[in-house]
Amino acid sequence: MADGQPPGAGTPRPAPDRDPGLQPERTRLAWRRTTLSATAMAVLAGRQLLRSDAPGAVEVTLAVLMGLLWAAFVALAHRRMRAMTGGRPPGLPPRTALLLVGCTLALALCGGVILVRPGH
Amino acid sequence: MILTDGLRSLRAAVRLWVSPARVHEEGATPDYRFSLANERTFLAWLRTGLALVGGGFAVDQFLPRLHEGLRLIFTVVLLVGGALCALRAVNHWVRCERAMRRGEDLPVTRFPSALALGVGVLAVSMAVLVLLGRTD
Repeated sequence: MADGQPPGAGTPRPAPDRDPGLQPERTRLAWRRTTLSATAMAVLAGRQLLRSDAPGAVEVTLAVLMGLLWAAFVALAHRRMRAMTGGRPPGLPPRTALLLVGCTLALALCGGVILVRPGH
Repeated sequence: MILTDGLRSLRAAVRLWVSPARVHEEGATPDYRFSLANERTFLAWLRTGLALVGGGFAVDQFLPRLHEGLRLIFTVVLLVGGALCALRAVNHWVRCERAMRRGEDLPVTRFPSALALGVGVLAVSMAVLVLLGRTD
């Protein structure tokens, strides 16, 4: 414990299942910031695609793909945030971390394809 | 010597990547608050990566007068940097989680310094380009 006392000793806390350092809340807000960053990035990418004069099959495919990647990112984050409502949340599943990084890498790759696509 | 060390750490990293759940099999579960702090660090690095990728898009969209080759270089550097940050995010998260379970010291890397240098070089070169009037 942060105050150097074992749980249950000293003054009893009103709600023992509540972290006085608000760690789950802070972590949930960090997830919220991260989804906002991903959304801002997706909006910039969408703007990039919309600037083309005549969107073709490549642009539409890229837009759909990036939309799906963004949706997967936000859905994963939302699931993790829901798991954070208890007083002692479980650890971050490694699969979630890998999937989130995979989404980010795929979005960056889409950005690269946007740059080199014909007619850019 | 350095090469074999590098190869060994690369092999260990790849093994962790293939089955990251293996981390949870060894050592003792650390205080959940430490795990949450590690998770927030992971998210901060992921946001850094997302911001760099977004910066790549911004350079490509908002600097139309910049020389085409320069713009491509800036954009690609930012996109690749963002991807590297995301990879480092998960790699560092797994390594910290493992160190905490084993009761070892947390790993230290040169990545933050390298990133700081890279961002600094990009910012200075962009400032020089603006001062020379190459962006308007």
